Amino acid sequence: MKLKQLEGLLGDLQQFSNPKVELEQYPTGPHIASRMLFTAENSYGDITDKVVADFGCGCGTLSAAAALLDAACVIGFDIDPQSLETATLNAEELEVEIDFVQCDVTKLELKGQVVGTVVMNPPFGTRKKGADMEFLSAAMKVASQAVYSLHKTSTREHIKRAALRDFNAKSAEVICELRYDLPKLYKFHKRKEVDIAVDLWRFEPRQN
Amino acid sequence: MRLIVHNMLTCNIKGVINKFPLRIEAEKVIKKEVDFNPDFLRHMLAKIEWKALVDGARSMGYTELPDHAPALESDEPFLRKFHHALLELNLEEGSLVCQESGRKFPVEKRVPNMLLHEDEV
Repeated sequence: MKLKQLEGLLGDLQQFSNPKVELEQYPTGPHIASRMLFTAENSYGDITDKVVADFGCGCGTLSAAAALLDAACVIGFDIDPQSLETATLNAEELEVEIDFVQCDVTKLELKGQVVGTVVMNPPFGTRKKGADMEFLSAAMKVASQAVYSLHKTSTREHIKRAALRDFNAKSAEVICELRYDLPKLYKFHKRKEVDIAVDLWRFEPRQN
Repeated sequence: MRLIVHNMLTCNIKGVINKFPLRIEAEKVIKKEVDFNPDFLRHMLAKIEWKALVDGARSMGYTELPDHAPALESDEPFLRKFHHALLELNLEEGSLVCQESGRKFPVEKRVPNMLLHEDEV
Protein backbone atom coordinates (compact mmCIF):
# COMPACT_ATOMS: atom_id res chain seq x y z
CA MET A 1 0.00 0.00 0.00
CA LYS A 2 1.28 3.46 -0.86
CA LEU A 3 1.64 6.17 1.77
CA LYS A 4 -0.90 8.47 0.10
CA GLN A 5 -3.47 5.68 -0.06
CA LEU A 6 -2.93 4.86 3.60
CA GLU A 7 -3.25 8.51 4.55
CA GLY A 8 -6.47 8.77 2.55
CA LEU A 9 -8.07 5.77 4.24
CA LEU A 10 -7.14 7.00 7.71
CA GLY A 11 -8.60 10.43 6.92
CA ASP A 12 -12.05 8.87 6.54
CA LEU A 13 -12.13 7.46 10.06
CA GLN A 14 -14.58 8.75 12.66
CA GLN A 15 -12.98 10.64 15.55
CA PHE A 16 -13.96 11.53 19.11
CA SER A 17 -17.51 12.92 19.23
CA ASN A 18 -17.17 14.16 22.81
CA PRO A 19 -13.48 14.24 23.66
CA LYS A 20 -12.65 14.00 27.35
CA VAL A 21 -10.09 16.64 28.29
CA GLU A 22 -8.92 14.80 31.42
CA LEU A 23 -7.83 11.87 29.25
CA GLU A 24 -6.08 14.20 26.77
CA GLN A 25 -8.18 12.80 23.94
CA TYR A 26 -6.85 14.23 20.69
CA PRO A 27 -7.16 12.48 17.36
CA THR A 28 -3.96 11.27 15.74
CA GLY A 29 -4.25 12.89 12.32
CA PRO A 30 -3.87 10.80 9.16
CA HIS A 31 -0.68 12.66 8.20
CA ILE A 32 1.18 11.64 11.35
CA ALA A 33 -0.42 8.20 11.70
CA SER A 34 0.35 7.14 8.14
CA ARG A 35 3.97 8.31 8.32
CA MET A 36 4.52 6.72 11.69
CA LEU A 37 3.34 3.25 10.68
CA PHE A 38 4.74 3.43 7.15
CA THR A 39 8.20 4.16 8.55
CA ALA A 40 7.87 1.43 11.18
CA GLU A 41 7.25 -1.10 8.43
CA ASN A 42 9.39 0.13 5.55
CA SER A 43 12.47 1.11 7.54
CA TYR A 44 12.31 -1.48 10.30
CA GLY A 45 9.90 -4.30 9.35
CA ASP A 46 8.01 -3.93 12.64
CA ILE A 47 4.40 -4.13 11.41
CA THR A 48 3.63 -6.65 8.62
CA ASP A 49 3.04 -10.19 9.98
CA LYS A 50 3.65 -8.98 13.53
CA VAL A 51 1.47 -8.73 16.63
CA VAL A 52 0.97 -5.00 17.17
CA ALA A 53 -0.51 -3.36 20.27
CA ASP A 54 -1.86 0.22 20.24
CA PHE A 55 -1.70 1.71 23.75
CA GLY A 56 -4.29 4.41 24.37
CA CYS A 57 -5.84 3.61 20.99
CA GLY A 58 -8.69 6.13 21.25
CA CYS A 59 -10.70 5.86 18.04
CA GLY A 60 -8.18 3.39 16.62
CA THR A 61 -6.28 5.41 14.02
CA LEU A 62 -2.90 3.80 14.67
CA SER A 63 -4.53 0.37 15.01
CA ALA A 64 -6.23 0.83 11.65
CA ALA A 65 -2.95 1.85 10.05
CA ALA A 66 -1.24 -1.26 11.43
CA ALA A 67 -4.04 -3.48 10.13
CA LEU A 68 -3.92 -1.85 6.69
CA LEU A 69 -0.18 -2.55 6.61
CA ASP A 70 -0.96 -6.24 7.20
CA ALA A 71 -0.01 -6.75 10.81
CA ALA A 72 -0.85 -10.37 11.69
CA CYS A 73 -2.84 -9.24 14.70
CA VAL A 74 -3.70 -5.78 16.05
CA ILE A 75 -4.90 -5.11 19.61
CA GLY A 76 -6.11 -1.68 20.72
CA PHE A 77 -6.08 -0.84 24.45
CA ASP A 78 -8.00 2.12 25.89
CA ILE A 79 -9.74 3.17 29.10
CA ASP A 80 -12.73 4.93 27.48
CA PRO A 81 -15.72 2.85 26.35
CA GLN A 82 -17.05 5.49 23.93
CA SER A 83 -13.76 5.67 22.08
CA LEU A 84 -13.64 1.89 21.86
CA GLU A 85 -17.12 1.89 20.32
CA THR A 86 -15.97 4.37 17.68
CA ALA A 87 -12.80 2.33 17.13
CA THR A 88 -14.90 -0.81 16.62
CA LEU A 89 -17.03 0.99 14.01
CA ASN A 90 -13.91 2.27 12.27
CA ALA A 91 -12.49 -1.25 12.04
CA GLU A 92 -15.77 -2.47 10.57
CA GLU A 93 -15.81 0.36 8.01
CA LEU A 94 -12.32 -0.54 6.85
CA GLU A 95 -13.12 -4.27 6.97
CA VAL A 96 -10.05 -5.00 9.10
CA GLU A 97 -9.80 -7.26 12.12
CA ILE A 98 -8.78 -5.45 15.33
CA ASP A 99 -9.22 -6.74 18.89
CA PHE A 100 -9.95 -4.16 21.59
CA VAL A 101 -9.40 -4.30 25.35
CA GLN A 102 -10.82 -1.80 27.84
CA CYS A 103 -8.28 -1.17 30.59
CA ASP A 104 -5.93 1.27 32.29
CA VAL A 105 -2.76 0.73 30.28
CA THR A 106 -0.62 1.98 33.16
CA LYS A 107 -1.97 -0.79 35.42
CA LEU A 108 -2.05 -3.55 32.83
CA GLU A 109 -0.03 -6.71 33.30
CA LEU A 110 0.31 -8.77 30.15
CA LYS A 111 1.84 -12.22 30.22
CA GLY A 112 4.39 -13.54 27.78
CA GLN A 113 6.12 -12.30 24.67
CA VAL A 114 3.25 -12.39 22.20
CA VAL A 115 3.21 -8.64 21.44
CA GLY A 116 6.05 -7.71 19.10
CA THR A 117 5.50 -4.01 18.50
CA VAL A 118 3.74 -1.33 20.51
CA VAL A 119 2.61 1.82 18.70
CA MET A 120 1.15 4.76 20.57
CA ASN A 121 0.24 8.42 20.70
CA PRO A 122 0.20 8.68 24.50
CA PRO A 123 -1.11 11.53 26.63
CA PHE A 124 1.59 14.19 26.91
CA GLY A 125 1.07 14.56 30.65
CA THR A 126 -0.56 18.00 30.52
CA ARG A 127 -3.60 16.86 32.56
CA LYS A 128 -2.20 13.98 34.57
CA LYS A 129 1.46 14.72 35.27
CA GLY A 130 3.80 11.92 34.23
CA ALA A 131 1.23 10.13 32.08
CA ASP A 132 3.60 10.13 29.10
CA MET A 133 6.28 8.34 31.15
CA GLU A 134 3.78 5.84 32.58
CA PHE A 135 2.65 4.90 29.08
CA LEU A 136 6.26 4.52 27.92
CA SER A 137 7.13 2.36 30.90
CA ALA A 138 4.11 0.13 30.25
CA ALA A 139 4.92 -0.18 26.55
CA MET A 140 8.54 -1.17 27.22
CA LYS A 141 7.36 -4.02 29.46
CA VAL A 142 5.07 -5.42 26.81
CA ALA A 143 6.90 -5.07 23.47
CA SER A 144 9.37 -7.80 22.59
CA GLN A 145 10.62 -6.04 19.45
CA ALA A 146 9.99 -2.27 19.29
CA VAL A 147 8.01 0.67 20.65
CA TYR A 148 6.96 3.63 18.50
CA SER A 149 5.75 6.66 20.40
CA LEU A 150 5.11 10.40 20.05
CA HIS A 151 6.40 12.82 22.66
CA LYS A 152 6.81 16.58 22.77
CA THR A 153 10.18 17.65 21.40
CA SER A 154 10.64 19.77 24.54
CA THR A 155 10.89 16.52 26.57
CA ARG A 156 13.50 14.88 24.35
CA GLU A 157 16.45 14.66 26.77
CA HIS A 158 14.23 13.59 29.64
CA ILE A 159 12.64 10.80 27.60
CA LYS A 160 15.97 9.48 26.31
CA ARG A 161 17.46 9.34 29.79
CA ALA A 162 14.42 7.63 31.33
CA ALA A 163 14.12 5.08 28.53
CA LEU A 164 17.77 3.99 28.68
CA ARG A 165 18.18 4.19 32.43
CA ASP A 166 14.79 3.13 33.86
CA PHE A 167 12.68 1.46 31.17
CA ASN A 168 15.00 -1.26 29.92
CA ALA A 169 15.71 0.28 26.52
CA LYS A 170 18.61 -1.06 24.47
CA SER A 171 18.22 1.93 22.15
CA ALA A 172 16.15 5.11 22.02
CA GLU A 173 16.17 7.07 18.77
CA VAL A 174 14.22 10.03 17.46
CA ILE A 175 13.28 8.93 13.96
CA CYS A 176 11.91 12.30 12.93
CA GLU A 177 10.39 15.49 14.15
CA LEU A 178 6.78 16.16 13.19
CA ARG A 179 4.36 19.03 13.63
CA TYR A 180 1.21 17.94 15.42
CA ASP A 181 -1.73 20.12 14.34
CA LEU A 182 -4.14 20.36 17.22
CA PRO A 183 -7.48 21.81 16.18
CA LYS A 184 -9.53 23.79 18.67
CA LEU A 185 -11.19 20.86 20.41
CA TYR A 186 -11.93 22.13 23.85
CA LYS A 187 -13.65 25.32 25.08
CA PHE A 188 -10.52 26.49 26.89
CA HIS A 189 -8.49 26.47 23.66
CA LYS A 190 -8.11 30.12 22.68
CA ARG A 191 -6.47 29.73 19.30
CA LYS A 192 -8.20 28.15 16.31
CA GLU A 193 -5.33 25.78 15.77
CA VAL A 194 -2.05 25.12 17.45
CA ASP A 195 1.03 23.41 16.17
CA ILE A 196 3.21 21.38 18.54
CA ALA A 197 6.67 20.01 17.77
CA VAL A 198 6.67 16.27 18.51
CA ASP A 199 9.31 13.59 18.16
CA LEU A 200 8.57 10.18 16.69
CA TRP A 201 10.60 7.79 18.81
CA ARG A 202 11.65 4.22 18.25
CA PHE A 203 12.70 2.28 21.35
CA GLU A 204 14.13 -1.21 21.38
CA PRO A 205 13.67 -3.17 24.61
CA ARG A 206 16.45 -5.35 25.97
CA GLN A 207 15.63 -9.05 25.62
CA ASN A 208 13.88 -10.19 28.82
CA MET B 1 -12.00 -11.21 22.18
CA ARG B 2 -9.92 -13.79 20.38
CA LEU B 3 -7.78 -16.38 22.13
CA ILE B 4 -4.54 -14.72 21.04
CA VAL B 5 -5.61 -11.83 23.30
CA HIS B 6 -6.83 -14.12 26.11
CA ASN B 7 -3.38 -15.71 26.10
CA MET B 8 -1.85 -12.51 27.45
CA LEU B 9 -4.52 -11.16 29.82
CA THR B 10 -3.97 -11.53 33.56
CA CYS B 11 -5.82 -10.53 36.70
CA ASN B 12 -3.95 -7.54 38.17
CA ILE B 13 -5.94 -7.23 41.39
CA LYS B 14 -3.65 -6.34 44.29
CA GLY B 15 -2.48 -9.42 46.16
CA VAL B 16 -3.56 -12.03 43.63
CA ILE B 17 -0.78 -14.50 42.84
CA ASN B 18 -2.46 -16.95 40.48
CA LYS B 19 -3.24 -14.34 37.80
CA PHE B 20 -3.15 -16.45 34.67
CA PRO B 21 -4.92 -17.83 32.83
CA LEU B 22 -8.39 -16.37 33.26
CA ARG B 23 -11.16 -18.93 32.95
CA ILE B 24 -13.61 -18.22 30.15
CA GLU B 25 -17.37 -18.28 30.69
CA ALA B 26 -18.76 -18.07 27.18
CA GLU B 27 -22.27 -16.81 26.49
CA LYS B 28 -21.95 -15.95 22.82
CA VAL B 29 -19.15 -17.08 20.50
CA ILE B 30 -18.81 -16.11 16.85
CA LYS B 31 -16.52 -17.54 14.20
CA LYS B 32 -14.90 -15.26 11.67
CA GLU B 33 -12.62 -16.45 8.91
CA VAL B 34 -9.12 -14.99 8.87
CA ASP B 35 -6.36 -15.50 6.27
CA PHE B 36 -4.17 -18.52 7.03
CA ASN B 37 -0.54 -17.48 7.63
CA PRO B 38 1.55 -20.60 8.44
CA ASP B 39 4.84 -18.72 9.00
CA PHE B 40 3.20 -16.47 11.54
CA LEU B 41 1.59 -19.46 13.26
CA ARG B 42 4.90 -21.33 13.51
CA HIS B 43 6.45 -18.23 15.03
CA MET B 44 3.59 -17.99 17.56
CA LEU B 45 3.81 -21.61 18.62
CA ALA B 46 6.84 -20.96 20.80
CA LYS B 47 5.20 -17.93 22.44
CA ILE B 48 1.72 -19.20 23.22
CA GLU B 49 0.80 -20.76 26.57
CA TRP B 50 -0.55 -23.98 25.13
CA LYS B 51 -2.72 -25.22 28.02
CA ALA B 52 -4.42 -21.82 28.34
CA LEU B 53 -5.22 -21.96 24.62
CA VAL B 54 -6.62 -25.50 24.76
CA ASP B 55 -8.77 -24.74 27.83
CA GLY B 56 -9.89 -21.42 26.36
CA ALA B 57 -10.87 -23.06 23.08
CA ARG B 58 -12.81 -25.77 24.94
CA SER B 59 -14.72 -23.10 26.87
CA MET B 60 -15.67 -21.58 23.53
CA GLY B 61 -16.87 -24.93 22.17
CA TYR B 62 -13.82 -25.98 20.12
CA THR B 63 -12.32 -29.30 21.22
CA GLU B 64 -10.10 -30.23 18.26
CA LEU B 65 -6.81 -28.99 19.70
CA PRO B 66 -4.42 -31.69 21.00
CA ASP B 67 -3.37 -31.50 24.65
CA HIS B 68 0.19 -30.86 23.52
CA ALA B 69 1.53 -29.15 20.42
CA PRO B 70 3.07 -31.84 18.18
CA ALA B 71 6.82 -32.02 17.60
CA LEU B 72 6.32 -31.79 13.81
CA GLU B 73 4.93 -28.28 13.83
CA SER B 74 4.97 -27.99 10.06
CA ASP B 75 2.05 -30.44 9.97
CA GLU B 76 -0.62 -28.46 8.09
CA PRO B 77 -3.76 -30.04 9.58
CA PHE B 78 -2.45 -29.15 13.02
CA LEU B 79 -1.63 -25.58 11.97
CA ARG B 80 -5.17 -25.20 10.61
CA LYS B 81 -6.62 -26.15 14.00
CA PHE B 82 -4.16 -23.86 15.78
CA HIS B 83 -5.14 -21.05 13.38
CA HIS B 84 -8.84 -21.60 13.97
CA ALA B 85 -8.52 -21.61 17.76
CA LEU B 86 -6.10 -18.71 18.02
CA LEU B 87 -7.58 -16.30 15.48
CA GLU B 88 -11.05 -17.32 14.28
CA LEU B 89 -13.01 -17.88 17.50
CA ASN B 90 -14.29 -14.66 19.00
CA LEU B 91 -15.96 -14.28 22.38
CA GLU B 92 -18.74 -11.78 21.79
CA GLU B 93 -20.37 -11.95 25.22
CA GLY B 94 -19.23 -13.66 28.43
CA SER B 95 -16.76 -13.27 31.28
CA LEU B 96 -13.13 -13.84 32.12
CA VAL B 97 -12.85 -15.22 35.64
CA CYS B 98 -9.84 -14.94 37.92
CA GLN B 99 -9.13 -18.46 39.23
CA GLU B 100 -7.93 -17.16 42.60
CA SER B 101 -10.23 -14.29 43.52
CA GLY B 102 -13.28 -15.30 41.48
CA ARG B 103 -13.54 -11.75 40.10
CA LYS B 104 -15.36 -11.65 36.77
CA PHE B 105 -14.17 -9.35 34.02
CA PRO B 106 -17.09 -8.89 31.63
CA VAL B 107 -16.73 -9.27 27.87
CA GLU B 108 -19.33 -7.24 25.95
CA LYS B 109 -19.48 -6.75 22.18
CA ARG B 110 -16.14 -8.60 21.95
CA VAL B 111 -14.38 -6.16 24.31
CA PRO B 112 -13.12 -7.41 27.68
CA ASN B 113 -13.32 -4.80 30.45
CA MET B 114 -10.23 -5.20 32.62
CA LEU B 115 -10.74 -1.98 34.61
CA LEU B 116 -10.27 -2.48 38.35
CA HIS B 117 -12.43 -0.96 41.08
CA GLU B 118 -10.73 1.45 43.50
CA ASP B 119 -10.33 -1.14 46.25
CA GLU B 120 -8.69 -3.64 43.93
CA VAL B 121 -5.75 -1.49 42.88
